[in-house]
Amino acid sequence: MNANFKNKKSFVESMFDPDAAVVDEICPAGEPWVKIVREGQIFRIVDLEGNQAVDTLFYNASHAVERYSATDTIRRQKKIYLTTGSKLYSNYGNVMLTIVADTCGRHDTLGGACAAESNTVRYALEKFPMHSCRDNFLHALAHEPECQQLGISKRDIPSNINFFMNVPVTEEGGLEFVDGVSAPGKYVEMKAEMDVVVLISNCPQLNNPCNAYNPTPIRLLVWDDPSEMSFT
Amino acid sequence: MNQPDAYLWEQHIPGGCHWSGILRRGTTLRMTDVSGGANASVLFFNQEEKLERYNMADTLKSQHTFRLTKGHACHSDMGRIFCCITADSAGWHDTVCGLSDADLIRRKYGTARYQEHRNQMFRNGLDGMLIELGKWGLGMRDVVSNINFFSKVTANSAGELTFHSGNSKAGDHVDLSFEMDTLVVLSAAPHPLDPSTTYQPGAVNLAAFATPSSAIAECAHISENQRARQNTECLYACHGGAA
Ligand SMILES: [Zn+2]
Repeated sequence: MNANFKNKKSFVESMFDPDAAVVDEICPAGEPWVKIVREGQIFRIVDLEGNQAVDTLFYNASHAVERYSATDTIRRQKKIYLTTGSKLYSNYGNVMLTIVADTCGRHDTLGGACAAESNTVRYALEKFPMHSCRDNFLHALAHEPECQQLGISKRDIPSNINFFMNVPVTEEGGLEFVDGVSAPGKYVEMKAEMDVVVLISNCPQLNNPCNAYNPTPIRLLVWDDPSEMSFT
Repeated sequence: MNQPDAYLWEQHIPGGCHWSGILRRGTTLRMTDVSGGANASVLFFNQEEKLERYNMADTLKSQHTFRLTKGHACHSDMGRIFCCITADSAGWHDTVCGLSDADLIRRKYGTARYQEHRNQMFRNGLDGMLIELGKWGLGMRDVVSNINFFSKVTANSAGELTFHSGNSKAGDHVDLSFEMDTLVVLSAAPHPLDPSTTYQPGAVNLAAFATPSSAIAECAHISENQRARQNTECLYACHGGAA
């Protein structure tokens, strides 16, 4: 494991109390989850049992052509891993969300989402019928009102974030998928800088050792803008 | 392997300019960095069904690589490959940093409009891409993570990126042997992380020729590429049947 990665600086705990959250939901393994998070709200993803991959996309809630961009996020910060302080940029160069707390330390945005078709390439041609993240995304696009209102289709599915995934890159240009970053209860928390539609596939991948071949549930929480909370 | 007599066509793309066209399966596109330091930003689409497009993530993870070079294939998002890289004298091509845009070019190099500079005006990667995409009914929704041929960007153990100037020399070339009928969209604007303080994007020469039989197996040492190739063969053999 890389030494710098153990840098404690990126481990920042949240000050928010789950009891005060306005959204507190469980997304089972292998299912999609969609929600609008408003500008100023705080959004937390909890890896309940550890080493789960949470494939996540963001869209501008009023203009879906604006969406999360892995390349803008990488090149504007000159960094391939995401953690506390990372800004999540759109394809228009705007900050969509900022990561404000992270007890995992590193999240991936290179590895993309699994798909039935890519499973045939990565594992075996017979894997085609297995459940996948892109199937989850497409299911959500067909059923979730927030997605239907945006008018998005497969055309609007770009490179995503894999929260809790560890995909180290070497200086020589190698890339691997390894486990051991996340653990039960680890979480990542971000502040929305615009109104966004969150589209998640809680990855159902059964062919990859990094989740111990055991996809597990996640917990999703949203808090109202702390600067607008009244204390009367 | 230089076979100018066998060229089907050639096209000169001045630095900063853009181009798009169809490359048929069985043909090879040779891109040459004319004067050194060029950057060719490229996207691929299935010519028949343009919803199928280059996928950075599938390309990297199926080959366990962060850089592209000879022996790698460029994968689609549908489990197939567009092309194999069958020759490469530059050694490293970036596929994670995306495109320059108008704002970045203005901040880095200032403004040079057509009114004063004619075709020496400053162009950017995103707009070049959008102009070419528009010719095929495509647009901003189709701008996904692209390849930046000739550009080398490394990551240290903390994930911090470094752009390596001088990766590609005058005359360096990369051969893409197509296995799918492919729409190629290209912009020769500067790499977004190029630290050069003057706007001087390098010219790229394009030449297409029939893929030599010796090049066919170049990507086959990676079993993931073999399976993606089987899927690609099936697209044509089965008339669009199973993936
Ligand atoms: Zn997945």
